[in-house]
Amino acid sequence: MNLLEVSHVSRSFGGLRAVHDVSLRVPAGSLTALIGPNGAGKTTLFALMSGFLLPDSGRVNFDGVDITGRAPHLNAASGLTRTFQIVQPFASQTVRENIAVGAHLAHAKRSDALSAAEAVAQRVGLYGQLDQPAGELTVAGRKRLELARALATQPKLLLLDEVLAGLNPQEIQDMLPVVRGLVSSGVTVLMIEHVMQAVMNLAEHVWVLSQGQLIAQGTPREVTQNQLVIEAYLGHGTAARLRALQQEIA
Amino acid sequence: MFDVSILFASVLNGITTGAVYALIALGLTLIYGVLHIINFAHGASLMVALYGVYFLKEKLSIDPYMALPLMVPAMFALGYLLQRGVINRASHGKDENILLVTLGLSIVLENLALLFFKSDTRNIETAYTLTTVNIGPAMIALPKLVAFAGALVVSSVLLAVMLYTDLGRAIRAVAKEKHGARLMGIDVDHVYAMCFGIGLACLGAAACFLLPAYYVNPLVGSGFVLVAFTIVVLGGMGSFVGALVGGFLIGVVESVGGLYLGESLGQVGIFAIFIAVLLFRPQGLFGARA
Amino acid sequence: MKDFRAIALFVLLVGSIPLLTDSGVVLNFVMMALYACLLAQAWNVLGGFGGQFSFGHALFFGTGAYVQAMAQVHLGLNPWATLVLAMAASAAVGLFVGTLSFRYGLKGSYFALVTLAFAEVFRIVALSVPFTGAGVGLMLPLRESVGNMQFASRAGYVWLILGLVTLALCVTAGLRHSRYGAYLQAVRDNEDAARAIGVNPFLVKLWATVLSGGLMGAGGAFYVQVFQYIDPALAFGPHTSVEALVGAIVGGMGTLWGPVVGALALHVLADVTRNLFGQLPGINMVVYGSVLVLIVMFLPRGVGGIGLGWFKRTKVSMPDKKGRA
Repeated sequence: MNLLEVSHVSRSFGGLRAVHDVSLRVPAGSLTALIGPNGAGKTTLFALMSGFLLPDSGRVNFDGVDITGRAPHLNAASGLTRTFQIVQPFASQTVRENIAVGAHLAHAKRSDALSAAEAVAQRVGLYGQLDQPAGELTVAGRKRLELARALATQPKLLLLDEVLAGLNPQEIQDMLPVVRGLVSSGVTVLMIEHVMQAVMNLAEHVWVLSQGQLIAQGTPREVTQNQLVIEAYLGHGTAARLRALQQEIA
Repeated sequence: MFDVSILFASVLNGITTGAVYALIALGLTLIYGVLHIINFAHGASLMVALYGVYFLKEKLSIDPYMALPLMVPAMFALGYLLQRGVINRASHGKDENILLVTLGLSIVLENLALLFFKSDTRNIETAYTLTTVNIGPAMIALPKLVAFAGALVVSSVLLAVMLYTDLGRAIRAVAKEKHGARLMGIDVDHVYAMCFGIGLACLGAAACFLLPAYYVNPLVGSGFVLVAFTIVVLGGMGSFVGALVGGFLIGVVESVGGLYLGESLGQVGIFAIFIAVLLFRPQGLFGARA
Repeated sequence: MKDFRAIALFVLLVGSIPLLTDSGVVLNFVMMALYACLLAQAWNVLGGFGGQFSFGHALFFGTGAYVQAMAQVHLGLNPWATLVLAMAASAAVGLFVGTLSFRYGLKGSYFALVTLAFAEVFRIVALSVPFTGAGVGLMLPLRESVGNMQFASRAGYVWLILGLVTLALCVTAGLRHSRYGAYLQAVRDNEDAARAIGVNPFLVKLWATVLSGGLMGAGGAFYVQVFQYIDPALAFGPHTSVEALVGAIVGGMGTLWGPVVGALALHVLADVTRNLFGQLPGINMVVYGSVLVLIVMFLPRGVGGIGLGWFKRTKVSMPDKKGRA
């Protein structure tokens, strides 16, 4: 069953085509990734999926319902939650209070939301910092908080925008099992990621976006060997040069 | 309803007033365009300038137009010091703080004036206060015509500075990209203060042109504040052309509105425009989309 | 819960003052201090908790005041009934202004400007319309009785304003311990992040405007009962708007007791100034304005903020609006 279906979605800003005729299907229960060089339009695509931006054309279907252009808070209520590339904590509130805002989507009572927040904090490894002001957390902590807050909404589909960016190798190692754990608990995850180690390790299926268009998709292995993908990252003609080099060495 | 000649006179009046409004709005839009702050103290600063011109006339017998070379630098200095010494220090990087600080400054200035000068309205008398000039069927007070011409001259000078001098280039650079400008060696704090100074200097000039045809009391500033904001928002925050066009438009609306609705309700017309623009076209006529 | 226990204690302590003393001076001081608290608390709901700074809160104050006066003078209604009407009317104005402003995405300075503009519009209309008494204003006929909300001694007024302040305190405490309050503060701190996790910013901000407006309107109605007179300048002029916001900011926005402390401090300051310099026009406002500037410069989190600092003993580094720590 496809939890999210994006069909021929396009969006321009003035003369710039940020996203052009992109279609993809996210199967329920999967862990998939969206990659591509900087400026490819990945975050824009997330914004289009979650309702922060209205597509110029195309449709977005979530859990069988057409949600094209529907307001983000309504999408979150239906189970589609996104995080932000540049983390956005509620800086003046504690970690617990931050997560509780997300938990309130499922719990009306304050005490229930606060307990649920504790449980989520435990899952992502923030239990020790529950009463710290969010503004005091390190980058890694804030990333976890971003994840925790989204998780607290009990989503069906989680759109993670570069949740590993800015983390050092040890912190990345610590995060991988957390992300994997999400899927085993029943959450479908689509992540935008630059950290290739994570993509190779975690993703079942990868889409590659370049200059607003989908240029390739497949398993991580397939995609990283794809000529078009290599050229998108490293420049035109690179694939040919690489092959020539390999032949020389051989 | 009204005789064409009365309407004509009203429009003409509106245009001459509008020129001075435009000058006031220019300072405000410059400050917004570069520093991205809404200077709530603009009206109060104009009031301070008006009192300056008033006392120069009453105590030192200096004609308001002669006072230009004194008022403009003085107001510039005031603006520079206020920005560098108070506003910059209070902002702590957050816009809300600047909002509050300029509000606080306006309150302090207005009420200090109330304290020292009471709420009496004062005006000056000069040889030409009562002179009028005939334009077509209308009679326009000479001071208003001088204000019109003067405002246009000052606006042109300001535009020239912005376009052709190094300072102008620095200001435009900072407005577009603060960090890049800093990396190019531009002292951003200094530029900010210069901008604020120029904004208040415009008020100094406006006061010199305004007083002969107008009056001063401590609350006159707040009367101008909302009008100035309306013009800036209507013309487009940060747009020079917008401030000029907006100034004339609002001047005429106020004059003609006052003619048909009476002075008080005519003012409501301006606020209605203000609210409508904020709601439906916040970028104004010439501004960039925020 | 702790907050409500503290409120109960506060009510007990302050409520017993009129039982302990007859002094007109003391009771007047307590009454006006509580009045200032109410204004600051009302502003705090929208400004401190909601993060929407209104510079024209007198809009709601004046509406409440005029409705309280007009309903008695023109319609002969009982003041206790008109108090409810006044609060409903100012809440409705809040609904109107809020819907207009937030529907069109006004934030920050633009929102502040719009509230200022609306307050001015109302002032001019009140000045021009005979129904409101135009420039002359409205006077409440003197008729002392509890049923007519005109008390023989200050004690009655003290208890009345204490009741209103308690209402405001309870509303604020509710904001601190409810889902709605959590949503409101989330919208204040980061609207986009809040939207992503299920918060409807428009409804949340709108409701805060309604609550804030209603409470402010109660302040206006109270003013009319005490001074038995209202005119456009008193109702919609900047003085009340400033008093409300400076009180909340000085004391600490977004806290329960901050506005109470701030309003009290300002009130004391104003009294001291009056005693030192006499009843000079504008001196109060000079003090308020200066305090505002100084607080923003040196104590941006207000007096309540440093209190928190002492308790928590942490060095909080807030990221500025670009996300840099």
